[in-house]
Amino acid sequence: MTSNLTGIYTIWLRDLRRFWRDKPRIIAATVQPALFLLILGTGLSRGLTTTFQTENHEGYLVFIFPGIIGMAILFTSVFSAISIVWDREIGFLKEVMVAPISRWAVAIGKSLGGGTVATLQGCLMLVFAPIIGVDMGIWTVIVLIPLMLFVAISLTSMGIVAAAYMHSMQGFTVVMNFIMLPMFFLSGAMFPIAKLPVWLDIMVKVNPMTYGVDLLRRTTISTGYFSLFTDLLVMGIFGLVMTALAVVMFTRQE
Amino acid sequence: MIIAENLRKEFRAKRGGEVTEAVKGVSFHVPAGAIFGFLGPNGAGKTTTINILCTLLRPTSGKAVLNGYDVVAQPHMVRQSIGLVFQDPSLDERLTAGENLEFHGMIYGMPRHERMSQIEKMLAMVELQKRRDDIVNTFSGGMKRRLEIARGLLHNPKVLFLDEPTLGLDPQTRSHIWSYLHKLREEKNITIFLTTHYMDEAENCDSIAIIDYGKIIADGTPDSLKKGVGGDIVYLQAADNKKAAAYINSFYGYNVSNGGDNICFEVEKGEEFLPSFIKKTDFEIYSIGVRRPTLEDVFLKLTGHVIREESVDAMDSIKAHVRMRRRG
Repeated sequence: MTSNLTGIYTIWLRDLRRFWRDKPRIIAATVQPALFLLILGTGLSRGLTTTFQTENHEGYLVFIFPGIIGMAILFTSVFSAISIVWDREIGFLKEVMVAPISRWAVAIGKSLGGGTVATLQGCLMLVFAPIIGVDMGIWTVIVLIPLMLFVAISLTSMGIVAAAYMHSMQGFTVVMNFIMLPMFFLSGAMFPIAKLPVWLDIMVKVNPMTYGVDLLRRTTISTGYFSLFTDLLVMGIFGLVMTALAVVMFTRQE
Repeated sequence: MIIAENLRKEFRAKRGGEVTEAVKGVSFHVPAGAIFGFLGPNGAGKTTTINILCTLLRPTSGKAVLNGYDVVAQPHMVRQSIGLVFQDPSLDERLTAGENLEFHGMIYGMPRHERMSQIEKMLAMVELQKRRDDIVNTFSGGMKRRLEIARGLLHNPKVLFLDEPTLGLDPQTRSHIWSYLHKLREEKNITIFLTTHYMDEAENCDSIAIIDYGKIIADGTPDSLKKGVGGDIVYLQAADNKKAAAYINSFYGYNVSNGGDNICFEVEKGEEFLPSFIKKTDFEIYSIGVRRPTLEDVFLKLTGHVIREESVDAMDSIKAHVRMRRRG
């Protein structure tokens, strides 16, 4: 058991080390959501009239800010998980697979590592809060961090499951277009999810990311769509199922 | 130290697809402290056998015991007892040499002080102390290999597996690596199991097993295997190799085999045979020579074909290309 705990810690530490060393990646992972927030967000907010420009509404930029944090977490989580495919291609995964630790420990270490890295990336997005006028106290940040970690670990586990089906890094575009972008667009990160046409409403509500974004929005700007209980329950079940699947994938792998 | 009994491994490409048998009942025994070579062409089942022994693959049937532990029933104990150097590089190239070793030491559960002293020792052995804090992707192919050997030995394994340890390396680096392996065996009495398709490298082993199409076709010491070939090898290139072969066969009764551009056959005493042979022949000979048998001849005699070089399958050639580039 101790050997498995050390194993989890070792794999986690490596992910953090690699994240820290790869400055261009940190910058890229910050710039992309920043573009959505500052350029797309500012542009759209000028054009949007009804919902966001009434007297008592906080405005479009503030509305999408938690969604953009969610985007940074989603992309970083899945990207970290998919690095397993890269590890497999460069052969490093073998070094891990023949180590005297259990396969489940490898999966958990990877989930925690990717989750932590994505949370750090999410925290980096908080520097935009004062720029766009989101007022966040220190307590908000303290509550936000474990919630981000919770969402990030669930998403990393999902990425690990996806990685098990990928044969090479070329599969990344498939994951990008069929998992990450739909999950992001359908999460209500960029638009309110009330008053949607039925087909879109259904798709938004079956997307687990919607509840993650709702959780972040509730915490950052105190407006949520679902109840706190629903958010936690859906994300919790999603996270557990994905982590369980990730463990199974690793145990079965030869 | 390693006992394999009738190991078999089948692969199924797809569900319901065709079954291919990569290893067809392999048995051998490697005593402690020996250098054991698994010799055979690519695709003969060498890597599959290694993967079974190091618990990465489950055998379809058969049994393997390593350092007293069963590879299927006690994989953790087996993993703790072995060090591995894979055919393809397996370092994290974005970490430093020291960090790669540290990762290994930690994941193998070595306590901190032991880890630190072993990292120093191993880096010194492969002469990489000065590069400890350099990122691995700045290393040459030979340096990466040496670092992988250092890593494989870090946790003091009883058995070191090396899968094609010198593939893609230049001759100078190859002989360098071999001098490390000999030094290791002397200093640590470690058991070394390696695969190679370089015949000349197999000569360094205490005993070898020759594997082809998933079966061991001969085993023993390099000398005993070569004795099996008999006398000396005469090789010649004639204007018409086929005609020459037919002549030698009918006139002398020797078994002539085809080895690329040359044809060759065994004779009792090569030096004495040549002058009279040349005097008697009525066909044109471009070149002729005599040499002591090598493992290449053993392989040729046993299988009737020369050891296959890299197969020209598209994926393999891409892989070989990538490997060469990455080995730098």
